[in-house]
Order: sequence, then C-alpha cells, then structure tokens
Amino acid sequence: MSTTDDLTRDALRPPRAPGAGRPVLEIRGLAVDYGYGTRRVHALRGVDLTLHEGEVLGLAGESGCGKSTLVYAATRLLAPPGLIAAGEVLYHPEVGEPVDILRLADDELRASRWQDTALVFQGAMNSLNPVYRVGRQLTDTIAAHRPRSTRAEREERARELLRMVGISPERIRSFPHQLSGGMRQRVMIAMALALEPRVLIMDEPTTALDVVMQRQILEQIMQLRDRLGFAVVFITHDVSLLIEIADRIAIMYAGEVVEDAAADDVYRRPRHPYSVGLLHSFPPLHGPRRELGGIPGSPPDMGHLPAGCPFADRCGFVVDACRTVHPTLVSTAVPGDDPSRQVACLRHDRAALAAAGAPEVEVPAALAVR
Amino acid sequence: MSDTPAPPDDVVLEAVGLTKHFPVRGLASHGVVHAVDGVDLQLRAGQVLALVGESGSGKSTVARLLARLYPQTAGEVLLHGRPVTAIKGRAFRAYCRTAQMIFQDPFASLNPVHTVRYVLTRALRIHHRGLRGDALEAALRELLERVQLNPDAYVDKFPHELSGGQRQRVAIARALAAEPEVLLADEPISMLDVSIRLGVLNLLRDLRDRLGIAILYITHDIASARYFADRTHVMYAGRTVETGDSESVTQAPAHPYTQLLVRSAPDPEHLGDPVRTGAVGEPPSMVDPPAGCRFHPRCPFAAELCRTRRPELLAIGAGREVACWGYAADEPGAPDLGAATATQEVAR
Repeated sequence: MSTTDDLTRDALRPPRAPGAGRPVLEIRGLAVDYGYGTRRVHALRGVDLTLHEGEVLGLAGESGCGKSTLVYAATRLLAPPGLIAAGEVLYHPEVGEPVDILRLADDELRASRWQDTALVFQGAMNSLNPVYRVGRQLTDTIAAHRPRSTRAEREERARELLRMVGISPERIRSFPHQLSGGMRQRVMIAMALALEPRVLIMDEPTTALDVVMQRQILEQIMQLRDRLGFAVVFITHDVSLLIEIADRIAIMYAGEVVEDAAADDVYRRPRHPYSVGLLHSFPPLHGPRRELGGIPGSPPDMGHLPAGCPFADRCGFVVDACRTVHPTLVSTAVPGDDPSRQVACLRHDRAALAAAGAPEVEVPAALAVR
Repeated sequence: MSDTPAPPDDVVLEAVGLTKHFPVRGLASHGVVHAVDGVDLQLRAGQVLALVGESGSGKSTVARLLARLYPQTAGEVLLHGRPVTAIKGRAFRAYCRTAQMIFQDPFASLNPVHTVRYVLTRALRIHHRGLRGDALEAALRELLERVQLNPDAYVDKFPHELSGGQRQRVAIARALAAEPEVLLADEPISMLDVSIRLGVLNLLRDLRDRLGIAILYITHDIASARYFADRTHVMYAGRTVETGDSESVTQAPAHPYTQLLVRSAPDPEHLGDPVRTGAVGEPPSMVDPPAGCRFHPRCPFAAELCRTRRPELLAIGAGREVACWGYAADEPGAPDLGAATATQEVAR
C-alpha cells in the first residue's frame, strides 16, 4: 500500500537522538515498599531513570516488575500501603531550578500536576465519570487549572482537543457509554493534553484495545508528539511494540531497571539475558519461523527475593557469583557499544566480580552481538 | 490412557453454517446481536486451527457453540460427520468428554479452595468411573507429567500458590483428564506473563503431536497464530473473511481486513519508522450490522457492490478462501484492490 503510506508517513518527525535533549524528569534512587514491618515487600529497589525533552521512553517488563509502581511513585499518586522509602524525582522546568516532586508542598504539587506531567491510566476507558458528558469532564479539567478562563473559551478548547485526537467535536455532548472503547481512550488522551504538559505518562494505554485500534491511537499519539513536542513515558509489556515507537527503552525486572539503551540497541544488540529472553518471547510476524521457548521458570516472588541477581534462577548464563553478588547498572563490557547504555549483569561487570573475589568471566557471544 | 493418535487429517469436529443470535435485553427491544453468522470450520486430528479476530468478532461464541455451552440459532455441529444434538443427559456428557474447553483466565477457572489434587482427581473420577486407589494416583501423576509439572511439587498446592503459567497448565491437565479428541482453547495465553506464554503454546503443540488432539486456538494475536497454528481463519463481525494455511494468510493476506490486521500488528522490524496505516473507523454495531460486506464502512476499496451484496467465500488458491468482491473478477462492479493485492505488503 505504498501510496497511502507515503502520504501518511511524510509527517515531520524530528531526528531521533536519544539523550540529546535536556532532561525533563530525573528519577534517582527511587525505592518503594508495599506493606509494613516484616511483611514488607520491596517493589522498587533504587531505580535511576532520566527522561529527556521530546523523547519517547519505553518501560517494559512483566506484570509485577514494578513499572506501574515506578510512575505512580514518581508522580506521588501511590496509594497506601505503597510507601516511598527513598529517592528523589527531579522535574526540570523550562526556566529555573529543578524541583523535587517528592518534596513539593501540597499546593505546589496540585499546580504542577497535569500542567507539567499528565497521565493516561491503564484501563483509562473506565476512568471517565459515567454520569457526566465528556465535554463537561474536559472543561472541568481546564477550569481547575485556568480559573480565569471563560466558559466559552473552555468549551472551545474542549472542541479543539477532541478534534486533535480525531473525534468529531459534536461528541462533546456524548456520555461515555455512547462512545466506543477506542474513542473513550482518545478522550482520556485529549484530557491529558488539555494543558499542554511537557511529560505525558501512559500506563498500558492500548492493552485493552484491539490491534487495529491500538495502531490508530499510537499513530495519533506520535503525530501529536511531533507537533507538540512533549516527552512520553510509555509503559507496556509488549516489547515489540515499544521497539517500534520508543527512542529509548528501559527493561525492568523484579523492581529494578536491568537494561537501559536506545531502542535499536535493545532490539539488535541486547546485553542482558532477560532482554534476550524477552525478545525471544514474541513470535515474529515476518521473516523465518523459528522455534521459540520464552523464558524458563516464572517471575520471582517479590516477598522473598534471592540475595544475588533476581534473574539468576531463570538465566542461561548464570555464574556462581550471580547467587551472591547483586548486580548494578554499569556500562557494557562489549567494545564499540554506545557508552551511555547500561546493563545490570555481572557478565558485563568485571569490577564487581573482582570485588567479590570471583574469577573473571567472558561475555557470552549471545550477549555481545554486534 | 492410550497414547495412540487418531489418524491424521481426519475431521473430528465440524461446524456447518453455524449461526448464533443473542436477543437484546429490554421490553421495547426486538433486536438481536448477530454474534456469529454462517461460520464453517473443520477441526482435524493432530492439527491446530486458529481463529483470529478483534473482540466482538464472534470468535469466543464459536468456541462456546462448539462446546455446546449454548445452542446455536441455525447451522450444525458435526462430530465425526454425525450431527450433535444432545443438550442433556448421557449423550451430552459423552460429547463433553470429546470436546474440552480451556478458558482465558486461569485465575478464575480454578476453584481457589481446592488443591490441584482435588481438581484433577475429580475430573478423572467423573470421566473414568471406577478409577480408585493406586490407579487413580498413577493417572493423576501422569496428567501432571503430561503438562510438564513435577507431580511431587505441585499435587498438593492451592491455585494461589501457583503462577499464571502453572495454573493454566493445571487447567489444561484437567481438560486432558477426559481424554478429549478436541481442545477448544479460548485465548489460553493472553492473561499470562509474556515470558511464559510460549511455554504454554509449546506444551499445547506437544499435546497435538503426541496425542493427535485437534485444537481450536482462539486469539487476537495474529503473530502467535502464525507460530502455532496449521491453518488460520480470520473473523470479522461474526463472519469468516479469510481462511488458509497460517503462513500464507499472514505473509500474503488477501482480504483488506486481514491486510489491515497484519499491518497493525507490532513489528520490531519497523524500528524507528512505525507503520502508519491511516486506518479509520470503528467496529460495526452487531445489532444492526452493515448490509453487504460487513467491513465496507472501514474498507478503503469499498465499491457500491460491497455496500449492497454480501460476498461469499471464494477460492483463491491452494486451500485459501476469501470473502471479498475484489476477487470476483467477472462480477460487474467489483472493487479494484489495486496494488494492495499485487504486492501483498510482505516487504514493507
């Protein structure tokens, strides 16, 4: 379908240069626990992550790996018994000094939310209030943050937002149940963009939708991103989708980031055994058919994590030290790799092995694909 | 328990013109939901047939009709060529033994207050009356080994102590207790963690090869249909729009809807240059489905003919059929699918 593709694909797309822009959101050493006392579960264990201006950052991992917890903690939306144990989340405004979102006063936080960072929730289709028309819900959002705007202005903005996400402005009078799932999800995206935030966080925004509708919405988000220039944190368990749309991907496992690299590097040159396994968990739609096995075993119980690497039990490249030494994010040990990419695997961490007195090991060929 | 596979390519279960309309609730309402309209399919021993489509396309309804969870509005289900009419009693139970269902959510399909032992022995005793003592214990262990779970480690566990993949394996073991000829798997992996999905698919494939079971695999993920299924049927709005062997349906989709589906599926090869399908529109209302071809409101090639007359399945090559007027060349007013059919979108 080359003709239609040429027409639709010529939309301006800024050059993809991961890490080139200024940081907008910096997460440092974020740790989150669920529960108290002896039954406490460490859901997030010291996560460092930086989002740059205009970047699409993908967060991938299985259910329970802490990817949703990460964004809820970073936006201070974590509900009890979730508790932020340590860390800071720096938001860099366009002018002025960075502020730590975790230490903002209530009124400052209220002003910053939606204005700077907006969220589209998992199952957002059910986040609309069923007893109000969608127009009312859109204008309410604007009124809360722009108290001096007039009713007519807000109404006009709501129509414009609906047009922006490809819904006819007449739908402003519709109730949520009169819209299809895909349209409700688009209303949620319109609402998130109402105040032109610099950061848009999307938690599995298309998981409940069919592939065709998912593709339609992703196309829309990408066009809006190109036009408005916001940065996106996109959370999903579907790595193949992320590789297609993200600039940079952070792969999470058991509450930690285990690999952080450009999308292209994650796909063609994965360095962590878990990333390799995850990439082999999706049968390809094109190309040769190959036998795939997924990853043996199952994700660890977060309440009883092993001392060393949490992936050790399922890993095909495990060495003795993996059972005792806990790996941290370091540069890869493959010559010629992007120096900014990071991986948490002892196979790449000579210094940690030496410190533990373990014998030096080679990087296996499967983790050093060029 | 015999491990002798049925002769290959033997049609075990067949649907002919299967139709299901659900009445719409409400006093003033006389409408019906056209969930499934005239679906034909054949399940062969030792083969996997995938049913692909979006939610609401009727694929789960087909599975439930085949499992006789509710009666069809029209059409027939044939077991080894004989119509299945039993709705209760001994004949119905005998049919249930032949066609077992595996549900999507293993968290909901296992009773949380019973152990694996209870769940499986109950299934064994229902389907093999008189099985007692050591024979029962041996059958139980064999079932768990068939689904690659270590009997000693898992037999006394409760469902909440198992991971999603292990639970789904127990659900599969329970279905196998009846020694079925047909497994109807309704999205068996969509609720599981991504890293263990393939393990469950590989297990089902192993059962197909070793026991010669016919499997109906219902999914919305066309890539997994290519990986796992021998043949694929694509459904849209209650009708079959395309059939064929999985490889050619995914690599050279013929129907405009299948083409859209294949193009919309995530593909890492489009790295940094996501596909823009330019697709618009929504799935149709099933109470009042569009006349003619049900895909015409979303189809970029739709012509007047598509809006008025319903396309039948046309043979377009070895074992392939498509319900699209674009392939009826001698039909006046047929739409021109243009370059889309020639290049088949494989390379893009």
